[in-house]
Amino acid sequence: MINKIAASVAEALTGIADGATVLIGGFGTAGIPGELIDGLIDQGARELTVVNNNAGNGDTGLAALLKTGRVRKVICSFPRQADSHVFDALYRSGQLELELVPQGNLAERLRAAGAGIGAFFTPTGFGTELAKNADGSPKETRVINGKSYVLEYPIFGDVALIKAERGDRWGNLTYRKAARNFGPVMATAARRTIASVYEIAELGSFDPEAVVTPGIHVSAIVQIPRVATQAGGFKAAA
Amino acid sequence: MSYTRRTKDELARRVAQDIHDGAYVNLGIGQPTLVANHLPPGIEVVLHSENGILGMGPAPAAGEEDYDLINAGKQPVTLLPGGVFFHHADSFAMMRGGHLDICVLGAFQVSATGDLANWSTGEAGSIPAVGGAMDLAIGAKQTWVMMDLLTKQGASKVVAQCSYPLTGIGCVKRIYSDLATLACTPQGLKLIDKVEGLEHAELEKLVGLPIAAA
Repeated sequence: MINKIAASVAEALTGIADGATVLIGGFGTAGIPGELIDGLIDQGARELTVVNNNAGNGDTGLAALLKTGRVRKVICSFPRQADSHVFDALYRSGQLELELVPQGNLAERLRAAGAGIGAFFTPTGFGTELAKNADGSPKETRVINGKSYVLEYPIFGDVALIKAERGDRWGNLTYRKAARNFGPVMATAARRTIASVYEIAELGSFDPEAVVTPGIHVSAIVQIPRVATQAGGFKAAA
Repeated sequence: MSYTRRTKDELARRVAQDIHDGAYVNLGIGQPTLVANHLPPGIEVVLHSENGILGMGPAPAAGEEDYDLINAGKQPVTLLPGGVFFHHADSFAMMRGGHLDICVLGAFQVSATGDLANWSTGEAGSIPAVGGAMDLAIGAKQTWVMMDLLTKQGASKVVAQCSYPLTGIGCVKRIYSDLATLACTPQGLKLIDKVEGLEHAELEKLVGLPIAAA
């Protein structure tokens, strides 16, 4: 029998090794799997590479993980936010490496990892500072049918932590509104994907036409108590 | 002769005039979001938000905010009837694949041939952040910029060559500004319209570049 339902966050997160690349869903605070991030802090893995669109808000969630000093590198598109002081301090003091990736390239590099694509040519970033490697050398480019492209490689995760709305014991998932964001694509890109859900659905109760992430991409789901998503990451209107 | 700058709302209205019925449009963070308030009555425009929304509606009433339903600026929004959600890779494929008709962005600088600089001032020690700017710049069928023509110091933001780090090359088709609307072409700038009382020669002097007549 397949039963991907974990009894607790701690059980779902066992086996995350030091040095792992952890894909963390969310855009701003929507879709951030806060309970799983707290579980990762308790679990204690170190020297992590974290992939998220942002780099933490306030002092909780991803910001709290960064604060532990267990993250070596962040791959993201938009670290600077109104309340990203934890990232800002670590980055400015040289304690955290940053790989800045245009948001669409970030999503497509994850998609490529999940889809078995070796690398891909994208028009995004051509001719800009982000078409350079970490050592400053130019990324490979090519003109195809008169248009210029940059070669980008997949981003593989050892583990993905994502927030879904409902899940069944096979790991099929649905999401809630724009909290879906990176969840489905990160689920495909990691060797092990762990999803938090607010509701466990009976197997067979999902409309098969409406499942967003098929369970093949999910290793474990864990139910968490429902809380309303909080605001974060933007400047409040004056 | 004297002239008056377009206010932010007048500028938003000017941009909105050029958006056609049935258009799929992405409005960038900041000033471009104002365009939504000025769309002509009687037309249907589908707004895209890069975090996975088509058919985005206005801000909710106070107390009805749902922070799982936010725009690219992370502000709470609503979903119109017919609106849909999708994941990030699909959202950016929509953009990169040329399926959006119009994208309206802010800018630090735009070159006469449509190079865009809007993601970084290149200032030493600043935290870099690009978000979806580079994808938006090159993705839509038409990329329009909405900005003041001059900096607070009076320098033209329309330039021969951008001095700030580039977001995209040759991607901007039109500049909607407080003083004039300009087309960017491989041959340089072309006038679309200007505020009443502003002479063509004076506009060219402010910009410091030749502008072909409308």
